[in-house]
Amino acid sequence: MTQFNLFSKAPEGDLYTKWEKYKSSLKKLTPEEANKYKVIVIGTGLAGASASATLAERGFNVHAFSFHESPRRAHSIAAQGGINAAKNYKSDGDSVMRLFYDTIKGGDFRSREDNVYRLAEISKNIIDQCVAQGVPFAREYGGLLDNRSFGGVQVSRTFYARGQTGQQLLLGAYSALSRQMEKKKVVFYPRHDMLDVVLVEGKAKGIVTRNLVDGKIETHSADIVILATGGYSNVYYLSTNAMASNVTANWRAHRKGALFANPSFTQIHPTCIPVKNDFQSKLTLMSESLRNDGRVWVPKKKNDQRKPTEIPEEERDYYLERIYPAFGNLVPRDVASRRAKEVCDEGRGIGPTGFAVYLDFQKAIEEKGEDFIREKYGNLFDMYQNITNENPYKTPMKIYPAVHYTMGGLWVDYNLMTTVKGLFSIGESNFSDHGANRLGASALMQGLADGYFVVPHTAMDFLAKEIPLMQDITDRPEFKEAEEKTKNEIAKLMSVEGKLAVDEVHRELGKIVWDKIGMARNEAGLKEALSEIPKIKEKFWNNILIPGSEKDVNQELEKALRIKDFIELAELMAFDALDRKESCGAHFREEYQTEENEADRNDQDYKYVAAWDYSKNEEPKLFKEELKYNNVKLKTRSYK
Amino acid sequence: MNVNLKIWRQGSDSVKGILKTYRLENIDPNISFLEMLDILNIKLVKEKRDPVAFDHDCREGICGSCGFMINGRPHGPQKATTVCQLHMRAFNNEDDILLEPFRAESFPVIKDLSVDRKSFDRIISSGGYVSTNTGEAPEANSISIEKEYADEAFLSSACIGCGACVAACKNSSAMLFTSAKVSHLSLLPQGQKEGKDRVAKMVAIMDEEGFGACTNTGACSAECPKEIGQINIARLNQEYISSSLSGFLKKKNE
Repeated sequence: MTQFNLFSKAPEGDLYTKWEKYKSSLKKLTPEEANKYKVIVIGTGLAGASASATLAERGFNVHAFSFHESPRRAHSIAAQGGINAAKNYKSDGDSVMRLFYDTIKGGDFRSREDNVYRLAEISKNIIDQCVAQGVPFAREYGGLLDNRSFGGVQVSRTFYARGQTGQQLLLGAYSALSRQMEKKKVVFYPRHDMLDVVLVEGKAKGIVTRNLVDGKIETHSADIVILATGGYSNVYYLSTNAMASNVTANWRAHRKGALFANPSFTQIHPTCIPVKNDFQSKLTLMSESLRNDGRVWVPKKKNDQRKPTEIPEEERDYYLERIYPAFGNLVPRDVASRRAKEVCDEGRGIGPTGFAVYLDFQKAIEEKGEDFIREKYGNLFDMYQNITNENPYKTPMKIYPAVHYTMGGLWVDYNLMTTVKGLFSIGESNFSDHGANRLGASALMQGLADGYFVVPHTAMDFLAKEIPLMQDITDRPEFKEAEEKTKNEIAKLMSVEGKLAVDEVHRELGKIVWDKIGMARNEAGLKEALSEIPKIKEKFWNNILIPGSEKDVNQELEKALRIKDFIELAELMAFDALDRKESCGAHFREEYQTEENEADRNDQDYKYVAAWDYSKNEEPKLFKEELKYNNVKLKTRSYK
Repeated sequence: MNVNLKIWRQGSDSVKGILKTYRLENIDPNISFLEMLDILNIKLVKEKRDPVAFDHDCREGICGSCGFMINGRPHGPQKATTVCQLHMRAFNNEDDILLEPFRAESFPVIKDLSVDRKSFDRIISSGGYVSTNTGEAPEANSISIEKEYADEAFLSSACIGCGACVAACKNSSAMLFTSAKVSHLSLLPQGQKEGKDRVAKMVAIMDEEGFGACTNTGACSAECPKEIGQINIARLNQEYISSSLSGFLKKKNE
């Protein structure tokens, strides 16, 4: 078995100047030299589109793949609230240092100082870049950029475009990508699913894809492969992710030797529209920005069946304001989610299922006027009304936590390279910056930081030390072998011919993952998950039914290929959650909590990144990257 | 509630399609339209029949993947709503519901209700951007933009590229889509420098892709799930005239 000595490769020295110094020490290629290299990018959301465009601008020949028909359909488009940047335009004392500290603390001291500082530093360049592209951020009457507050911080540093910030940023990155497509520096492969990564002499040199229109299995070679394939929230079946978001590209890379880090660090977002029935296909998020003006409450009495508007002030429990006077409704996501679960478990939840709390805008509407609220959150209110058939201007929203983002992902070093040489991972698909909990408006920031400003430098440095292939090498045996394996796997899936639709198996898996590896975990539950998941796996391989042909559009086959990997991932998540005998951020082990029901972190024994190696027939093997804190003091996170 | 679905089934662009009828009973009116199709598809799978192919992803009305004709209207009967945000309560018990793909020469059918909208990407590639490289941007607040213009630009940029405008138009024109991008960029100082060139290129590609001419009926804007206004078309025309005129003058000077 391979041994891994995990080392971030971040240079020694002063945190504040490290990245700039390092960047200038990296090897460079002129556009003419870069033109000799080919780069494969998988995924064209914020991270993938920004990386593809930038690498193409620097002269590389980029081949970008997506299972979507267009880069503009990537799930980044659905991000609502905003993007953080330490611009300090509000002169409220914000700084790179403060954004760095907030992010480290928000992640409950389980992320790397060097990466997070770099992220905070780059945040400012991102806003400049996006404005130059024509991203229509919200502005003040004076013509300058506006900001709003987000959870877990006390300054106003979030840039936004109504409730559609992700859309506007993605359209910006997509436009930069489109410009390179026009210049023929980027070739875009729409409706292609990546099903394997191909290693030649230990380095990632290509991929296997399935064309979703004609079912053709294809191989593509390149000098490096960059994965920008997003997160794996859909392992829970119900999540706020788009329907097709999946772990397959990452999982296939994992099977080829890329360690998977902190898989159980999954974020449960506190403000989503509650589950309404068994046919529900996905959950819808209501942006965290709503907590700027919305107040969260439940009735003080258990099983209170009155309408919210009939419950007088003194019989309401604004529990976040009560428990966390300093941050109130703007506590970080993990804290807000867990407290919502707690009040519902006490029997004070509202709505038909009892698994919901109110998010009330009455006070903000009284003080600031309905027009003000409409201007700020209009599209979110409309969406809410459309889904629930209730008018949130008149009656409070009902919300409940739902899976939204995954902090875990492929382990990467400071260069964003995985444990496989030449295989990079950027954006949500890596584990790098958010520790055990991500702060709101930081996902867009990280995706674009990695894509525009980090990987173009580090990938260029890697390539500058590589001899360019200069030719298609897909006739090599490594490619043929990977292609055969993929074809066999598909044939095996098609031949099961059982009785269950793949969605039914997925829903069953999701229930186990949500119940046992969700908002709260404990040893007994995790062990149950480890005994239940193999049964799901068996059911999947013995009883699914995929009609039609693999040589045609076959959406059932697409789903089956993804669920197969989700099942294996779910097992790894349970192992990871079981190993971490502490509570930190979104990982809440019920056995490890303080008297005030807060996470009881154990820095003595668990101040590490848990990176797992795949093993087919045995338990996964754990490798640890010890985290070092030279610039911040480890503290118990407090938002009181 | 019960519904009778008539759905367009077509293997690919090269074969003929037909309408097939399916009946669903005891549907909860509070589920979404696509969840109703999920139920139908699970039923079809379990009967070893080919499920209905349709595009969808975010199911939040923002990715622009979904979209087909419901009873002759793109995205169905509800104003300013994508199919994924449409709920069964918008229909009555025992309704007949007709589902067809967006019909346009520039949107070939991939399968059933799924169509190929790559022509939209090619229009954007031809000029729907500001030519700025990563790392070359000036400090963001050095560009001050009147709120009014920034807000207008946002409204144009809110287009999700679903293709409903093309499907609603009797000429299959892509004018609303193209004009939304032209407007977004021409309303902002960053986009104005390349404005004249941009509009000329984008209109040329729009024609090349086989989209029809705009006759200002307003059907596009009326059916747009994001309510992209017809004023965008007026702005495009203004830009286009000024672009053609400046081209004319330039030629004269030569």
